[in-house]
Amino acid sequence: MWFCTDLLSFGWLWGQSGAVLGSGFSCDGSIGKSLSRRIHFILLFSRQGKLRLQKWYTTLPDKEKKKIIREIVQIILSRNQKTSSFVDWKDLKLVYKRYASLYFCCAIEDQDNELLTLEVVHRYVELLDRYFGNVCELDIIFNFEKAYFILDEFIIGGEVQETSKRSAVKAIEDSDMLQETVEEYMNKPAF
Amino acid sequence: QDNIAVKANAVCKLTYLQMLGYDISWAAFNIIEVMSASKFTFKRIGYLAASQCFHEGTDVIMLTTNQIRKDLSSPNQYDTGVALTGLSCFVTPDLARDLANDIMTLMSHTKPYIRKKAVLIMYKVFLKYPESLRPAFPRLKEKLEDPDPGVQSAAVNVICELARRNPKNYLSLAPLFFKLMTSSTNNWVLIKIIKLFGALTPLEPRLGKKLIEPLTNLIHRFLISLSSGMPNHSASIQLCVQKLRILIEDSDQNLKYLGLLAMSKILKTHPKSVQSHKDLILQCLDDKDESIRLRALDLLYGMVSKKNLMEIVKKLMIHVDKAEGTTYRDELLTKIIDICSQSNYQYITNFEWYISILVELTRLEGTRHGHLIAAQMLDVAIRVKAIRKFAVSQMAMLLDNAHLIASNTQRNGICEVLYAAAWICGEFSEHLEEANQTLEAMLRPKVTTLPGHIQAVYVQNMVKLYASILQQKEQSGEKEAAQEITQLMIERLPQFVQSADLEVQERASCILQLIKYIQKLQIKEVPVAEEVIALFAGELNPVAPKAQKKVPVPEGLDLDAWINEPPSDSESEDEKPKTIFHDEEQRHSRHRQPEIDEEELARRREARKQEQANNPFYIKSSPSPQKRYQDTPGVEHIPVVQIDLSVPLKVPGMPMSDQYVKLEEERRHKQKLEKDKKKKKQKKEKRGKHHRHNSLHTESEEDIAPAHHVDIITEEMPENALPSDEDDKDPNDPYKALDIDLDKPLADSEKLPVQRHRNVETLKSPDSEAPLVEKKSKKPKKKEKKHKEKERDKGKKKEKEKKVIEEEEEKKVILQDLHYKSSKHKKKKHKKEKEEKSKDKKKSKKKSHHSEEETTESVQNGTLDDEPLPPMSSYRLLAENPYVKMTYDIQGNLQNDSQVTVSVIFENKSTSFLKSMELNVLDSLNTKMLRPEGSSVHDGIPVPFQLPPGISNEAQFVFTLQSIVMAQKLKGTLSFIVKNDEGSTHEKLDFKLHFSCASYLITTPCYSDAFAKLLESGDLHMSSIKVDGISISFQHLLAKICFHHHFSVVERVDSCASMYSRSIQGHHVCLLVKKGENSVSIDGKCNDSTLLSNLLDEMKETLSKC
Repeated sequence: MWFCTDLLSFGWLWGQSGAVLGSGFSCDGSIGKSLSRRIHFILLFSRQGKLRLQKWYTTLPDKEKKKIIREIVQIILSRNQKTSSFVDWKDLKLVYKRYASLYFCCAIEDQDNELLTLEVVHRYVELLDRYFGNVCELDIIFNFEKAYFILDEFIIGGEVQETSKRSAVKAIEDSDMLQETVEEYMNKPAF
Repeated sequence: QDNIAVKANAVCKLTYLQMLGYDISWAAFNIIEVMSASKFTFKRIGYLAASQCFHEGTDVIMLTTNQIRKDLSSPNQYDTGVALTGLSCFVTPDLARDLANDIMTLMSHTKPYIRKKAVLIMYKVFLKYPESLRPAFPRLKEKLEDPDPGVQSAAVNVICELARRNPKNYLSLAPLFFKLMTSSTNNWVLIKIIKLFGALTPLEPRLGKKLIEPLTNLIHRFLISLSSGMPNHSASIQLCVQKLRILIEDSDQNLKYLGLLAMSKILKTHPKSVQSHKDLILQCLDDKDESIRLRALDLLYGMVSKKNLMEIVKKLMIHVDKAEGTTYRDELLTKIIDICSQSNYQYITNFEWYISILVELTRLEGTRHGHLIAAQMLDVAIRVKAIRKFAVSQMAMLLDNAHLIASNTQRNGICEVLYAAAWICGEFSEHLEEANQTLEAMLRPKVTTLPGHIQAVYVQNMVKLYASILQQKEQSGEKEAAQEITQLMIERLPQFVQSADLEVQERASCILQLIKYIQKLQIKEVPVAEEVIALFAGELNPVAPKAQKKVPVPEGLDLDAWINEPPSDSESEDEKPKTIFHDEEQRHSRHRQPEIDEEELARRREARKQEQANNPFYIKSSPSPQKRYQDTPGVEHIPVVQIDLSVPLKVPGMPMSDQYVKLEEERRHKQKLEKDKKKKKQKKEKRGKHHRHNSLHTESEEDIAPAHHVDIITEEMPENALPSDEDDKDPNDPYKALDIDLDKPLADSEKLPVQRHRNVETLKSPDSEAPLVEKKSKKPKKKEKKHKEKERDKGKKKEKEKKVIEEEEEKKVILQDLHYKSSKHKKKKHKKEKEEKSKDKKKSKKKSHHSEEETTESVQNGTLDDEPLPPMSSYRLLAENPYVKMTYDIQGNLQNDSQVTVSVIFENKSTSFLKSMELNVLDSLNTKMLRPEGSSVHDGIPVPFQLPPGISNEAQFVFTLQSIVMAQKLKGTLSFIVKNDEGSTHEKLDFKLHFSCASYLITTPCYSDAFAKLLESGDLHMSSIKVDGISISFQHLLAKICFHHHFSVVERVDSCASMYSRSIQGHHVCLLVKKGENSVSIDGKCNDSTLLSNLLDEMKETLSKC
């Protein structure tokens, strides 16, 4: 099934670049403090062009958003696998990456660093992976609110807030615990 | 539904639907319900839904303010966290203002989890509510040294973001960042800091030097990301470029892209080191990936030189032919033009070549940039005189080749070129060889299918052509031919007269009549050519676009002064807006073409002529464009006989520009040979000395002489124009609002609004506010002390403390002052200086004050400042609505006894653009607004500016009055257009303009002896008032009267003072102010009793407010 493929194992297309960059951006979660510049929006969509997640850090009317999404999905899907991950789009730059059947796409400003953004995308996938355990597209479809929570925990207002994988996932799990205890409390028979 | 769980579930599902593209704004209220659920599970979903679908336009958002505040102060850190996260998505200016203080409190929360979020969200708040930046900044600075690395990096993040917009305000933080940079082991923080330094170094050159050392240590690690923040250090640049080359050669597309990107950043500062990699970059142009090709194109722009321009452009032309997508082709086209025209055509040595490139570009199908090509053609033809002849012949060819017109309806872009072609042919018709033919081409019926504005140019330039043909024929005595051409015009012009485009129609019918008239004269055999040509006499010079603005004001000319004494009624000249002329400080040097001396030029010309004679490829000036094709090798087979005018000609097969490349190469080669020869000669002479000299050294830039004597006429500027670079500033920049000086001390008015809330915890006020509150409480105490000076046994320590506080307060006054005057740029500085001076005075006075114990102080006007004054502003509120706030001040006019000037500050409070503001008042019999001549009493006066969001500006309006003894009230309306994304709406704001009697007074100094004489003269009416319950000090009281009622202090003894002022109509007003235990009595004397009593009433009102 197309949607059950593990995103991470499929998506790691870094190859050589990973080796070169790895020296500078060691992916050890506890140390790496990513500092991306402002991200305008993040989109997740499948290879079929179905939107899976959207997060906007700039306010736009709904109509505009829909138009942009349609346009971007079309641009990115039409691009060859072997082309680079960066596209100029209007006055913004799109940085996208494909993990298995899912495309992760960020729109950043012109002066922003593409590489860091790519790293941010990857870190998000890693977070999802850690939280869901071998994340696949189905996870994101059925637990979309969780995917949003993780994203919120990772990026706030277009700025990266937490780079440590461990603490981000811990924060989510803690709040999930809170949720569960409340639920347990609710489910207790009220004698 | 009652069950919140069900509701939350539904909202969750709605969120998913929203993602799929459905509108769920109708559920906004339900979302808020879920947000306010007590259980975290539901609250979380509520906030998620809100962050997805709320935006600034959502009206229920203001309902959330209290809920969010409650959540922010929740003991559960995750409640707070989720509220912060949500807030980051839908924060509005209102929310930002209301919650700024709460968020600031959270910045020092015990949990780093919250601190971090609060710090990051502060940036959003700054953007929406810039006033919060100054109060919050100290705390933000603290966070740079937070023990938690996450919070630290968040703070670095926010400050970097702020500094990127307005680096100069953050220079003071440089040492702190330097420390962070050298101590931090965190790569990510380092990258950010280096970027920040990249923004700071241009402002503080010393910083660059200091940075070199640590940077070179880091260099190998951050090859890519640091390139933007690179200081000047040539060795490291070299290293960097070498490494980048490896990246670009890499097979990985991402690395290639990044490599090119970094290259282009280096190119800006070190073009030389990048230029050597030209081969690589040209190679990248062939890449499959469009993003990479675009980056490579960017690089090319900076890499051209005189030497390689032709080569590069030739390559690009090949790409243009090959390119598939129109966007990429358009991009290529603009790049070619950019490359060629950069820095005033610096790199073009042969303009004939350039024109032919432009002509070739016109053959592109479906480009949108026709107007760009047209603009270039016009620019070159006008500014390079030597090229005109050639340009005209090319343009004539274009006009002849109807391929551009053929199917213009689909691709309207390229036919713009005809606009330029027609104009050039008409304007420089004296260079045209076959004017007849061109004229005929322009008169073809097909022309009528062109867009209107092009047809209009056609029609206009036809006449120019016609005029020159007429002259030519008459001079050679061919009357028949002259009449024939007139006949042709008369036959063909009616097709334009029938045009649907008004402009074309008007011009055509006008010209048709003219030509009919000429025909009549011709029949009578009157020579008319001279007169017709006189219609178009004179030459056009290129004028720089900003020239008009830069005409300096001649000395002694005051644009604000009246030329003639205006008549007293309202029909007179409008006031000139002051805003046109900026204060210009910096001079930017214009780029000049290097001048070549005459001798050299003559020599080159000679050489060229000879070369041309020997060159079989060179086309000698041929009589017609058609003939030229025949000469061109390889195109003989093209049939050139024009059979029918309506059948379009084929475009010549071989691109002209290639010939020029060849030509140019040969020319250079020849030049070089000549030079070598010369050198050899020289060498022979000087052999003894320089035998080691290498004759094979490569051609340097300067050796390539331009093929033409190209005098590129610089665009005309008015003499002694004031250069300015303020023109480029974009007033609409949303980040401009954050350009705030952070080093100034905090003013009282800048306190963040603290919302009182049941929960006492939230009231924990931030440190920066605490001292302010303290100060306030100390103020009255201090004053008591002042008056009871016997309490001198207080220790010196106390005194010192007091002084410090007072100084701070003085600053506050200044700030306050500046705050109100900020719209008057020019006055600002002056004012500040003045204030500072008085401050100094104050200080010196202070020192002596405590030692001397005498109580009498004679204070002269203006300097009654041995005690800090509370902030005062003469600007009063005029009217206010959600869009605009108007404050106003009325000043008497010294020159004119019946005029006052009303200065109104308009402040745009909305996020929309305000324009077409018009102010109108309903005149009374006594008071009238001065309107420009010719407008009726019901017309409004346009405000001479537009207001971008958050900006305020001041406009002045002049009013005339008959009598000034009474206060006046005028009703008025401000009408304006609000323009935002949704469209524009018309809005009105009514106001009442209150002319108090005090506004007719002008502060006039008076000496005590003159004052005494005035009182003795006895022709003054007298009146008096008494106000009870005055608690403020006498000093403040006097200051208030001086400030609000425009009086000056003549003499002050103890708690008694005499004051003086004069009205614009020359009434003397004298006051004697006495302060009792708890009351103040004022005796006034004035020429006019009504004026006096009104004045005193006003004063009573002012004082009773104290």
